Amino acid sequence: MNDPTVPMVEADRVSKSFGSNLVLKDITLKVNAGEVLCIVGPSGSGKSTFLRCINHLETVNAGRLRVDGTLVGYKEKGDKLYELKPKEAARQRRDIGMVFQRFNLFPHMTALENVIEAPIRVNKKSKAAATGRATELLARVGLADKAGSYPAHLSGGQQQRVAIARALAMDPKLMLFDEPTSALDPELVGEVLDVMKGLAKDGMTMIVVTHEMGFAREVADELVFMDGGVVVESGDPRTVLANPQHERTKAFLSKVL
Amino acid sequence: MEENTPSSSGPTAPVIRAVKLRHPWRNLIAVVLIVYAVAFIYDAIAHKPAFRWDVYVKYLFDQRLSAAALVTIELTVYSMILAIILALILAVMRLSSNRVLTSIAWLYVWIFRGTPVYVQLVLWGLLAVIYPTIGVGLPFLPPITEFQTNGALTYFELAVIGLGLNEAAYLAEIVRAGIISVDRGQEEAATALGMSWSQTILRIIIPQSMRVIIPPTGNEFIGMLKTTSLVSAVPFAGELYGVGRDISSAIFAPVPLLLAVSTWYLAVTSVFMIGQYFLERRFARGVGEARGTKISKSDLARAQLSASETGAATQRFNNDQKDS
Repeated sequence: MNDPTVPMVEADRVSKSFGSNLVLKDITLKVNAGEVLCIVGPSGSGKSTFLRCINHLETVNAGRLRVDGTLVGYKEKGDKLYELKPKEAARQRRDIGMVFQRFNLFPHMTALENVIEAPIRVNKKSKAAATGRATELLARVGLADKAGSYPAHLSGGQQQRVAIARALAMDPKLMLFDEPTSALDPELVGEVLDVMKGLAKDGMTMIVVTHEMGFAREVADELVFMDGGVVVESGDPRTVLANPQHERTKAFLSKVL
Repeated sequence: MEENTPSSSGPTAPVIRAVKLRHPWRNLIAVVLIVYAVAFIYDAIAHKPAFRWDVYVKYLFDQRLSAAALVTIELTVYSMILAIILALILAVMRLSSNRVLTSIAWLYVWIFRGTPVYVQLVLWGLLAVIYPTIGVGLPFLPPITEFQTNGALTYFELAVIGLGLNEAAYLAEIVRAGIISVDRGQEEAATALGMSWSQTILRIIIPQSMRVIIPPTGNEFIGMLKTTSLVSAVPFAGELYGVGRDISSAIFAPVPLLLAVSTWYLAVTSVFMIGQYFLERRFARGVGEARGTKISKSDLARAQLSASETGAATQRFNNDQKDS
């Protein structure tokens, strides 16, 4: 399906500002299909904003951001850019799964209903087909027996695993994780990371904003350290974590490692 | 550490049986209140002829009153339906990013909430005087069709419109508060899944905002039931209060009929309250249960299990990996 020569995500001097506040400055990076990129950095460094730009939850102000070769958020005709219609933007988002720090499960729906909602409403799957696939996915994240539970009755770790199943139900070609374990009690972090490791092993392309350096070291193909809206340092996670080159990276890592 | 663990050595301590704390003042006040209440009721029945309880009993189940109660319910339900539809539109307008729409919605609420409903009802009754004909067409151009206002709408319909348009202003604020109460992350999650704006509103936002919207709307429903007694301003007189007043002026017994009418209002209000209870329970799915019920022993056991289940899940997942 994917042309291996086209990177899954390609950011070319991407900038984003809220009013006069520049939160992303000339971000240039590339993620190939099947790769896992971990983004680390202090809070307010723009990592989450960058993630949200990839999904067009935020609109970039400068530069070009492409997912699987397609420009995100705009249409390019000649030398002019046109904003996307809501329908076109929704179509782009369909192929990109997103997992949030606060899970954002729909509280009025059971775990199963959470997972089948978008396949039925957006992909127009039949309820039976969507339920079959959702049951598979819930089993895959170890929650087959929780299909009928409401989010409020699940632990944080279980909720986040349902959220991952919900994103996978749309058969995404790219998964974005926005600090998926930051809101979890320490003893629940492992179960979520295990699911993510399994996904990576299966060849899912993933961009993970995280503070879990162990996960980055073990799973990531590339690590990016961001601070103040710029990419300060990037490279092989084992190298960057063991031997950071930049002062700011050293300072940050000395606090979190 | 050792001495702090609740070890099972030795006999268990006996259950405490302490003398209960007395509340003499509380009891005294209760007794005084009961005595006064009984005296009031006895006095009303035995010594206040103006109540005319025989007339009250006779007219309570009078067919004219029960028919009027039905008209009151119809007025309430129809005007609330109109109000809810308008309120949803107004609330979405208020929250839109289009300044003109926001302003129109704000202006609507300002006018209809800021003037008395009685005055509005009188004005609706005068509609035919103000606008003898209503034309349909484009502004500043001759109308395509035109119809006579007088007779086009009955007083009942005018009452429904008057009550509904007034109520919409209050409900719009309630709906807006409900929509705002839903966490922004919900909209983001739905958007990220590729759901459209209307799907997000209808499937995700509105169902969750109902939990906030329904209790005050129930209040408004009950308030509307009683506001219908003002429709004599239109003038429409087929509802409970109007019919009660007609009967009482014929038999010169205002008090017993006012009481009979009040009894009917209370009865209908009680039915509404039951309906509200079930609606609230329905829309508390996933939230109300967790908050309402106490943590049971089985919940605790499950919580303890889930810790060990983490390992099991990982195990299962890894097996899954090997299989595929």
